[in-house]
Amino acid sequence: MEYGLDLEYSFNEFLKGFGLSSEIAHIIWLPLPMLLVLVAAVVGVLVTVWLERKISAAAQQRIGPEYAGALGVLQPIADGLKLLVKEDIIPAKADGILFTAGPILVLVPVILSWLIVPFGQNLLISNVGIGIFLWIALSSIQPIGLLMSGYASNNKYSLLGGLRAAAQSISYEIPLALSVLAIVLMTNSLSTVDIVNQQSGAGILSWNIWRQPVGFIVFWICALAECERLPFDLPEAEEELVAGYQTEYAGMKFALFYLGSYINLILSALLVSILYLGGWGFPIPVELIAKLLNLPINAPFIQVFTASIGIVMTVLKAYLLVFIAILLRWTTPRVRIDQLLDLGWKFLLPISLANLLITAGLKLAFPQFFGG
Amino acid sequence: MSIAITTQFICFTVLSLVVIIGALGVVLLESIVYSAFLLGGVFMSVAGLYLLLNASFVAAAQILVYVGAVNVLIIFAIMLVNKKEDLKPINDIKSRRVISTSICLTLLSLLIRVDLTNVWSLSSPQNSIGEESTIRIGEHLFSDYLLPFEVASVLLLMAMIGAIVLARRDVMSKDISTGLPVDQELIEKSSEPLLTNKN
Repeated sequence: MEYGLDLEYSFNEFLKGFGLSSEIAHIIWLPLPMLLVLVAAVVGVLVTVWLERKISAAAQQRIGPEYAGALGVLQPIADGLKLLVKEDIIPAKADGILFTAGPILVLVPVILSWLIVPFGQNLLISNVGIGIFLWIALSSIQPIGLLMSGYASNNKYSLLGGLRAAAQSISYEIPLALSVLAIVLMTNSLSTVDIVNQQSGAGILSWNIWRQPVGFIVFWICALAECERLPFDLPEAEEELVAGYQTEYAGMKFALFYLGSYINLILSALLVSILYLGGWGFPIPVELIAKLLNLPINAPFIQVFTASIGIVMTVLKAYLLVFIAILLRWTTPRVRIDQLLDLGWKFLLPISLANLLITAGLKLAFPQFFGG
Repeated sequence: MSIAITTQFICFTVLSLVVIIGALGVVLLESIVYSAFLLGGVFMSVAGLYLLLNASFVAAAQILVYVGAVNVLIIFAIMLVNKKEDLKPINDIKSRRVISTSICLTLLSLLIRVDLTNVWSLSSPQNSIGEESTIRIGEHLFSDYLLPFEVASVLLLMAMIGAIVLARRDVMSKDISTGLPVDQELIEKSSEPLLTNKN
């Protein structure tokens, strides 16, 4: 922590000014980041749903939502409210406990993974040492929730959808982890903050996308597959499986799946921007601009300004990727299950292994460019 | 008692209760699906215990390997062959239960004895390395624990080849165990997708 905003520290100092002990200040601080993450995730989902509707409409030469608010921006809120007040149905022959636990197990790991998403040097919930590894571990819990809801629905389509989801997520986790490993090899650290700092040397030129182009593409394909987005949305292929594992779900439980998939999409986009696109870094280093303009980098005003630029840059990069994901969804056909598994095991896995090996070799040969 | 210690105590109590009750459920429940899901819960609580011990890398690896791979595959296999039929009744079930309970109780008493006789206190609190542990684990895996690490990978390779041999019997002309030519008709039947069977 060389410099930068530290909201937790300032907040605790502020409360201590009122004569509170540091422990009580810490307890008052604790719920704030959690609340912030939930609000950020839900607002992110609302924006993404609106984007999805508008962009899909544009792709199909329709207008899309128009009457709910200007340009239909209130449409996602209307959708959410509708799901909120719908009757909560558990099918007669379904397994009640597993049926309820399934959606929760799908949503909770995704939200928990927001713990490691940094928007600035100190603008993240927790800079845990295992950083990006935590996300890989947490995302492996999701298939259990999918299998659980698929089984508990007591419906063939649901079971097939759950099985497909589990198979897909197991096969794409491996190339995903291997391409993350190549980045970690270059950074010498698992922490997301270190990964971004390692890319911040020369602005856009030092982003990992130039040094890891293969890893970037492999990671993006795997992230789309993990999010079950087209062209990999086989678990809920509506022409074959009605809606896959969510067939029997209604009301708030369905909304949990819906939220989970969109939060996962935003999270994946954020992580791509952190791992490969320089995270909160501006294309031209902010320190350089401050030096050119003769401004002191540690002044409070500049700190607030750079922090807001950091947040804007992270969100901008993430939403650019979300835009690409939405365009892909509405322009590409779905792959078959055998093509999906072939792509994962016979193409992406060897390529990501080779990428890891080449990265290790390059790191030994050019330590100044690939992290010594 | 400070807030940190109280939180730790509450977490430890809850996690231990989940581990013990969950493990009992895995063994005692009739439904194999519930057992499999409870096993996942037990694995996750064990990961929570690792977290309480400041071993975050081990906790994440526990979740990744045991929950994300082992447990998912167990559930996957159960669901592929789940026919919802009752298990065959075993004749001398009572005597079997008595024997297995006594073996388990013996093991438990052994563990309790180890717990009571061993000295658990660490020499100094500086022993906990926390975030450094990932680096330490890596150093050990590539120096003094290199041989066990490589042997484990050879073991996994052997298991993988064995699984491929068992799964792809159709590409072999001879049966591997008996040496007789393979009855192709039988293989066609056995390789039919199990989900098409009526429940």
